[in-house]
Amino acid sequence: MKDTPGKPAPVTGSTLDERVKNARAALDAHIRETIRWHFSPDTGTPFWLEKAKTFDFNPLTDVSGWDDIKKFPFFEDDWLRGGPVRRWVPKGLADRGVYVFETGGTTGLPKSRIVIDDFKIDYEMMSDTLPDKYFPKGSNWLMLGPSGPRRLRLAIEHLAQYRGGICFAIDLDPRYVVKCIKERKISEANAYKQHCIDQAITVLAGGHDIKCMFTTPKLLAALDESLRAGKLEDKYRELKKPVPPGGLRSIKAAGITGIFSGGTEFTPQFTREAYEEMLDNGDVYMTPTYGNTLMGLACSKPIGPEDGFKISYYAPQPRAVIEVVDPKDYNQVVPYGGTGRVLLSTFTKEFFVPRFPERDEGEREPPFEKYPWDGVSGVRPFSELAGSTVVGVY
Amino acid sequence: MIRIPALRFGKPYTSLEKATLVHHVTGEPVAEVSQVTGSMIARDLGSVARAHKELAAIPVRDLLAMYEKAADYFLNAALPCGDAELTFDQYVRNLSSTTGSPVVFCDRNARKVHYVLSHIEEVIGGLTRGLPLDALDAGYTTRGGRMQAFYPTTDVFGAVLPSNSPGVHSLWVPTIAFKIPLLVKPGREEPWTPYRVLQAFLKAGVPASALAFLPTDHAGAADILRLCGRSMAFGDDRTMAPYKSDHRVEIHGTGYSKFIFGEDQADQWEKHLDVMVEGIAANGGRACVNASAVWTPRNADAIAEGLAKRLAGAKARPWDDPACEVSAFANPSVAEAINNMIDEGLKEPGAVDVTQKLRGTPRLVKEGRVAWLLPTIVRCESPDHPLANKEFLFPYASVIEWPQQDVLKRIGYTLAATVLSDDPAFIADALACPTVERLNIGPLPTNRLTWDQPHEGNLFTHLYKQRALQHARTPAGV
Repeated sequence: MKDTPGKPAPVTGSTLDERVKNARAALDAHIRETIRWHFSPDTGTPFWLEKAKTFDFNPLTDVSGWDDIKKFPFFEDDWLRGGPVRRWVPKGLADRGVYVFETGGTTGLPKSRIVIDDFKIDYEMMSDTLPDKYFPKGSNWLMLGPSGPRRLRLAIEHLAQYRGGICFAIDLDPRYVVKCIKERKISEANAYKQHCIDQAITVLAGGHDIKCMFTTPKLLAALDESLRAGKLEDKYRELKKPVPPGGLRSIKAAGITGIFSGGTEFTPQFTREAYEEMLDNGDVYMTPTYGNTLMGLACSKPIGPEDGFKISYYAPQPRAVIEVVDPKDYNQVVPYGGTGRVLLSTFTKEFFVPRFPERDEGEREPPFEKYPWDGVSGVRPFSELAGSTVVGVY
Repeated sequence: MIRIPALRFGKPYTSLEKATLVHHVTGEPVAEVSQVTGSMIARDLGSVARAHKELAAIPVRDLLAMYEKAADYFLNAALPCGDAELTFDQYVRNLSSTTGSPVVFCDRNARKVHYVLSHIEEVIGGLTRGLPLDALDAGYTTRGGRMQAFYPTTDVFGAVLPSNSPGVHSLWVPTIAFKIPLLVKPGREEPWTPYRVLQAFLKAGVPASALAFLPTDHAGAADILRLCGRSMAFGDDRTMAPYKSDHRVEIHGTGYSKFIFGEDQADQWEKHLDVMVEGIAANGGRACVNASAVWTPRNADAIAEGLAKRLAGAKARPWDDPACEVSAFANPSVAEAINNMIDEGLKEPGAVDVTQKLRGTPRLVKEGRVAWLLPTIVRCESPDHPLANKEFLFPYASVIEWPQQDVLKRIGYTLAATVLSDDPAFIADALACPTVERLNIGPLPTNRLTWDQPHEGNLFTHLYKQRALQHARTPAGV
């Protein structure tokens, strides 16, 4: 499949310093272009054109790069609740087909974000980081994650197609799970989780040569538990298919070679447990990602026992930027290794998000060769909000 | 600082996620305990059917010999505790340091665990009501010409344990003698006793594949209760509510234990003061078998006054003072919350804190990081008063006046009741009372155990079920 137009050029430079400098220059240029697009009367986004009337600066003339993003007010996710959703579609893209992706929504209005090509570009960039050995081109995928009005469902399908495969999916309504947990209906939530796993087992028993999978930490553990309990073998027998020699009691034995996973539940301990105990000491490759509907997708440094299964995420700069800031002063970036709240910014032609305080915290990570800009590690629910966050199945 | 790993049915496991336990007085770290996840527990339980077979193949006499050795090691040996080795005294001091229970209580209760280990035959005889031991090897026996056959209800027994007092561990210790693999989830502040018992078992020759020590969070504990065929769990009424109708889980919750006077003894109450004081205040009043109420048809004011006089002198003392009478709260906010609950209750007319009047100082004592609650006797005019049927983690009892003819209908669930009466009709009523579990007749404290009888549930009938068994013929091998 051809690339979707809009992929940024790779960062150049022979030393890390040079790459850091070049990445920053590319970010400044990209920001100038994005701001011009969203605030020009011809191409601009109705929401931002309206908002600009309240600014004491002119985005078209006073923003020359990253440093000037601080002039914008912090993005409030409440702006995304309720319509009209068209106010978020830039005039320059008004003739394109528009998707809407939602987050939240168990109670009250969900946050809605319009998308045209962003999810495709994000996941194509992500695809370039996947090792072909474990995610073979042309192989089929299983999307064992949320369905419905979510970005993930379409994004994983696009990823599979981009890599020449076909994606199977299950029905999973995360809002129902969160509702059960909030109402302390734990056995109902567990039964629903099992219902999701049963769907996955059925797909895996279908003979579709599935080698790659997206899933969440909780569903990965639940799938592993079911496979070990012989559920896939039972399904084979039910379908009158012979169980292959060696059985089907692990993720590896079920034919999966690569797993792409996501969620803040990804602790180093979970990663270690998955690597050592579910994925045959790394025989099945797993890459954690950190993403959301607002930003896109941050990739992880490769994980493994050599660095204590530490997970460090890097945003897909220049299309998005992660900052780790002092929770008492969002204009103050914490020192490398310091703990702070995660601030996200998104700069694409479809969506402009200046400095949105995420519901997560973590430690600031320094740039490195592959991603010559700041990252974040140890991502977990922001401690000041943690009590109010309900984590469902993903 | 001591680093305590999890034990995953034979494999020690040092996790990247650890709980740090601190000294309740100094706040200094004492231990770091590796935590496991629910999915690890689920995975580990995959191996227990095999471990059960291996354990069941060991003759019960051999297992009992291992208990004897384990008892000796528990009390007299330096046993591994993660990356350290601890003598019995060092273990007791660590236990006291993280739980706030005074050294003197910890020592006394740990010796109860030793008692069960060293008298295991008496204990399992009590639980099985004298079933010949060979039944545990063969699955059946004949007694008086009658077949008695049993089958195990599970491949593993899960024990979700509390942090308050090591005495509770005497309840799960017999599991291995019943040939059932054992999974313990220690209370957060009390990894010490379960770890030491397991180390004593291992040193005595119990197969490591039959023993698991899995510290985990609430979700992991719920997974244990979900996945083990039989389990026990400690918790308050709210925490245990979801398991109330799950026969696989033996619940150890609030005890609501009581002293109940008959008409014939109500005027002799002074004779029973020692017994009542012990039942209310022994071991700091934290056990579910500590009495939390006294019911009498007469003299309630005098009884309350008499108990208060005996208890009001108790003082908050340092954790290692041998004269300690009350436990410290490692988390002072818990003591504050309990104190507030009682003060709120006293605002409702019909209840008086008799101890406070005598003592003249507040029941809540705070010093540095630590808090204590001093013994409290509340005279309630009615059993409907909010403080009448309450149980707290310190020596607390209400005193209620109620006619003998109705008292057994009004007391509600009672884990341990002591009936102070010689009236045969009242005793017969007490014997027939369906809301009383353990019954003491005459002057015995509610917390006094007889090890040759089942207590707080019966581990044997939890782990085994009776079955009908017939042999058409008796082959040599059967």
